[in-house]
Amino acid sequence: MGNKKMTKTMWKPTGLALAAIAVTAAVALAVPSAMAQRDPAYAAARAAGQIGEQPDGYLGFATTPTPAIRALVQDLNIKRKAAYTASAQSTGSTVEQFAFTSGCNLIAQTKAGEKYQTPSGAWKTRDGSPPERDARCP
Amino acid sequence: MIMGASALAGCVQIETPDKPIEINLNINIRQEVVYRLDGDAKKLIEQNSEIF
Repeated sequence: MGNKKMTKTMWKPTGLALAAIAVTAAVALAVPSAMAQRDPAYAAARAAGQIGEQPDGYLGFATTPTPAIRALVQDLNIKRKAAYTASAQSTGSTVEQFAFTSGCNLIAQTKAGEKYQTPSGAWKTRDGSPPERDARCP
Repeated sequence: MIMGASALAGCVQIETPDKPIEINLNINIRQEVVYRLDGDAKKLIEQNSEIF
């Protein structure tokens, strides 16, 4: 029985290849949608204004964090730094330059009620008006 | 000791700052660089939305 099945598979390499492509495509489609979700604890801390976006491209604490929130932010900032480092290398820039440019965008993308840090270091709550950003931001 | 102290009095003394000397990294981030990287930064944020 096993032999028979194997022979059948061997004779249809295109079917197998198509199946492999289909699986790859399914994974490729499934992964971004799964990755696009923010961790619920992160989303909650953001929405509550406990954490916010800094001009340097990293997350910071608008209020004294709980150990859990501190750990969450440290983990995200490590991942951000890794992402910035890869992009800095591919664009021929420094990690700080790429992180700062991302920070410009991340502050611009904050939703009403979320926190961000102004160039002077003060934490502000985003409202309907444009956020206060560094003069170098596009 | 006294001889040494009086000899030193004639020297120009430079005090070291009590705070560490900081080099501000911001001077390395010029606006033209930020504009050049803006598109790639947007792409990175979009493609890794779970960490942003």
